[in-house]
Amino acid sequence: MPAAAAFSLSGRAVPGVARRPFLRVRYTSCIATSKPVEQLERVVIRFAGDSGDGMQLTGDRFTSETAVFGNDLVTLPDFPAEIRAPAGSLPGVSGFQVHFADHDILTPGDQPNVLVAMNPAALKVNVGDLPKGATLIVNTDAFSDRNLQKAGYEANPLEDNSLTDFHVHPVALSSMTVEALKEVEGITSREAERSKNFFALGLMSWLYHRPVEGTLGFIEAKFSQRPEIAEANTKAFKAGWNYGETSEDFAVSYEVAPARLAPGTYRQISGNTALSYGLIAASRLSGLPLFLGAYPITPASGILEELASLKEFGVRTFQAEDEIAASGAALGASFGGALGVTTSAGPGIVLKSETVGLAVTLELPLVIVDVQRAGPSTGMPTKPEQADLLMVLFGRNSESPVPVVAASTPAGCFDAAIEAARIAVTYRTPVFLLSDAYLANGSEPWRIPDVASLPAVPVEFAQGPNDGEAFLPYRRDAETLARPWAIPGTPGLEHRIGGLEKQDETGNVSYDPENHDRMVRLRAAKVAGIAAGIPELEVDDPGGADTLVLGWGSTYGAIGAAVRRVRAADRKVAAAHLHHLNPFPRNTGDVLRRYEKILVPELNLGQLRMLIRAEFLVDAVGYNRVRGRPFQAAELAEAIAALVDS
Amino acid sequence: MTEGNGNVVQLTAKDFKSDQEVRWCPGCGDYAILNVIQGVMPELGIPRERLVFVSGIGCAARFPYYMQTYGMHSIHGRAPAIATGLAVTRPDLSVWVVTGDGDALSIGGNHLIHALRRNVNLKILLFNNRIYGLTKGQYSPTSELGKVTKSTPMGSLDYPFNPLSIAIGAEASFVGRAIDTDKKGLAEVVEAAARHRGSAFVEILQNCNIYNDGAFDYVRDDKANRIYLEDGAPIRFGEDAAKGVVQDADGSARVVDVADVGEDALLVHAASHREPSLAFALSRVTFDTDGAVPFGVFRRVERPVYDDLLAEQLAAAKERSGEGDLEALLHSGDTWVVPGDG
Repeated sequence: MPAAAAFSLSGRAVPGVARRPFLRVRYTSCIATSKPVEQLERVVIRFAGDSGDGMQLTGDRFTSETAVFGNDLVTLPDFPAEIRAPAGSLPGVSGFQVHFADHDILTPGDQPNVLVAMNPAALKVNVGDLPKGATLIVNTDAFSDRNLQKAGYEANPLEDNSLTDFHVHPVALSSMTVEALKEVEGITSREAERSKNFFALGLMSWLYHRPVEGTLGFIEAKFSQRPEIAEANTKAFKAGWNYGETSEDFAVSYEVAPARLAPGTYRQISGNTALSYGLIAASRLSGLPLFLGAYPITPASGILEELASLKEFGVRTFQAEDEIAASGAALGASFGGALGVTTSAGPGIVLKSETVGLAVTLELPLVIVDVQRAGPSTGMPTKPEQADLLMVLFGRNSESPVPVVAASTPAGCFDAAIEAARIAVTYRTPVFLLSDAYLANGSEPWRIPDVASLPAVPVEFAQGPNDGEAFLPYRRDAETLARPWAIPGTPGLEHRIGGLEKQDETGNVSYDPENHDRMVRLRAAKVAGIAAGIPELEVDDPGGADTLVLGWGSTYGAIGAAVRRVRAADRKVAAAHLHHLNPFPRNTGDVLRRYEKILVPELNLGQLRMLIRAEFLVDAVGYNRVRGRPFQAAELAEAIAALVDS
Repeated sequence: MTEGNGNVVQLTAKDFKSDQEVRWCPGCGDYAILNVIQGVMPELGIPRERLVFVSGIGCAARFPYYMQTYGMHSIHGRAPAIATGLAVTRPDLSVWVVTGDGDALSIGGNHLIHALRRNVNLKILLFNNRIYGLTKGQYSPTSELGKVTKSTPMGSLDYPFNPLSIAIGAEASFVGRAIDTDKKGLAEVVEAAARHRGSAFVEILQNCNIYNDGAFDYVRDDKANRIYLEDGAPIRFGEDAAKGVVQDADGSARVVDVADVGEDALLVHAASHREPSLAFALSRVTFDTDGAVPFGVFRRVERPVYDDLLAEQLAAAKERSGEGDLEALLHSGDTWVVPGDG
């Protein structure tokens, strides 16, 4: 059977358990399927269409249904920066990939098992990613001469036998949607046609036995102001589901059993949402009001928008006139005793450099979030990259050390945000928190932590003099080397700080050569000393490996999946992932020197590799691709295996 | 302010002097301004610990070091942005920005206009000496056209900004002007600015005796050329108040001899007029156009203050949703339970 064969290529479908009758009915709004059901371990689906076709919404809903069903999942939204590129054009294609499984998975999947293509351009852009035997669901109504021409097709690929490697389901999505909605009053035929993404979602929900109550409730809530649109989308969704059930083109449907995840309460979460929640948690844990200064920029704007909607947590969001003001206002808020945060992406971080330098010398807390995207300059705003590491470490004048924390998964952005805030307020220092476009928009199931289990973020403001009757604003804590945080409003501690070099302890302006040397070293020692309070680098080494794969940031999933494959092929390999890039965990050198060969996969030209070679004198090699997309597990596995075998 | 024992202590100017040696050039107009502001502070009744002076870069930006209050000497042009973050998170503070013509109008122009438009509760004092002093004598955005300086040996090519016109155009709710040596006039404008809720912008004409000496002699020395604005009164000035200001049909203002037009024809100053046109017309009366310069409060209107509006939104959100509950937030949206083996 073609479809099952398709999944067996990468989905490891087990023929023996196929055709088990579908017994469990999870939904009430649609009739239960009567067709045979096959069991799959995992599936990768990609929805693709025009950027105006609602593909992100469709993908989001399918993901929510999948999450609630209990599969493990990872998503990869992939959309153009243009809001509405010309309809039907190749640059206007927007995609959403979701990988779900009955076991824990780490990546959004290298190759889709199923592609839903809403028009010829979506087919053309994505068909090259499909493995032989993949399932292709196409909206035949969109394959007009004009659309074929826009996509650069000379002949209709549905008719010229060019898709014989795939199992093609031609579906008249648009016309069936319009037909299904002809009795809905108050909508135009154009509006009816726009419901076709819900038809597609309904069909896919049937095909993979997704629970549908969530989507029906979502439609009702989202379109409550326009009940006729809600009705249209509901009808389209049900029509799509029923089409799967009745059409002879779909002979079988598939079930992917819930994953056996660790016990707990779960939700689906994206990196930007997790990061926002982490900042709110840090505000609660420290008792400091949260202030966010931001200027809209892809892919960081979601954090500003999320926090702006959570004012009941006392969050003040300030959409500044520019990136500089956004960081300046955050630093001003920190001076006043708030948790000052500024969020941006590379092109905006550049503009904040001077403020970060000021925060270094003022020794005030500031969290700077860099949601990295492909560059240089404007680059590819919606695409991920890891090439800002050296910038955040060194992109300031003079000796201005700044701690760097990097998130490695969407849900991990929550913990990374708390950690960045903890370091900032404990050591009175700016801290860079690195995320990227993949983490920001990608989502995964998250085992919701118990609030009581979150780490403490203790903060004490200076309350009185620290030198007899006098107050010395740069007298340091012996352990952390942090200076006192004396906020305006505290009687008797009036003091002045500034960007000029300060005399040790008094903070008075000083041009003394030896004092400057001492202050430069003190600031460096303070940041280096953070290593004492962070966890050691953990190594995943089942034993006997002479090769270590060292990663950081969002490559975590791909590296993990690749390492599994390499081990499955009876090779020994160890893996470690850095969450602190400055300072490194205190055992990093020891770990690196334990291995003969070190591979550092990065979505840049070798930035971490340069750092560890310089700092630890190890002969690390890189695997570097800068395509504006995450690594594929297969390519990494190949690179790792090659190094292990070398 | 109140001491620990409950006694109210009357502070004096001396209480606002920090222990730092003042390091402006001898003869700089900044000394006079510092003295006046240290003299005004006790009149405001605000405890020292609740006063914060934030500055950028430049000669004027050294100001916070000399005030026995909280202070920050920050980055070139960015003081309004930094002060905004402080003011909106700490409405209990009185936040002041001290800036110069280069700091405020060149590198920091964007932050200045946006702070004014938002009406953040900031007092912005712009020391205008029409020159770059700290970098030793290049022309500034308020230097006159054709100014010969080290960086413009053949004369500057760019037309100068009029700071008050910019502030009024940027929707400032309080706009005033004073001159460094005029203790009384300066103190009055600064005190009025301090008492204004919202952003207050004050241009202080300040002599740089090293790089642009005598730039304002026409009003510094020649007091007859000062037009003191008095709210609600016809605008008259000069010896025996023989001169005045009228507003023409096209809205522009100009200096006249009162004897020529009659007292009834004089423009009556209305700082709180709903529309900024009058204040703007007065800002266009300069020594170059009319041989005289207006001083005092040009504009003072009530407008919603950014800090208050933000605080109201926070309160409204808590009213609507209750105090934020972190546990509930983390569990928002669709959740599902994976049961334990037990």
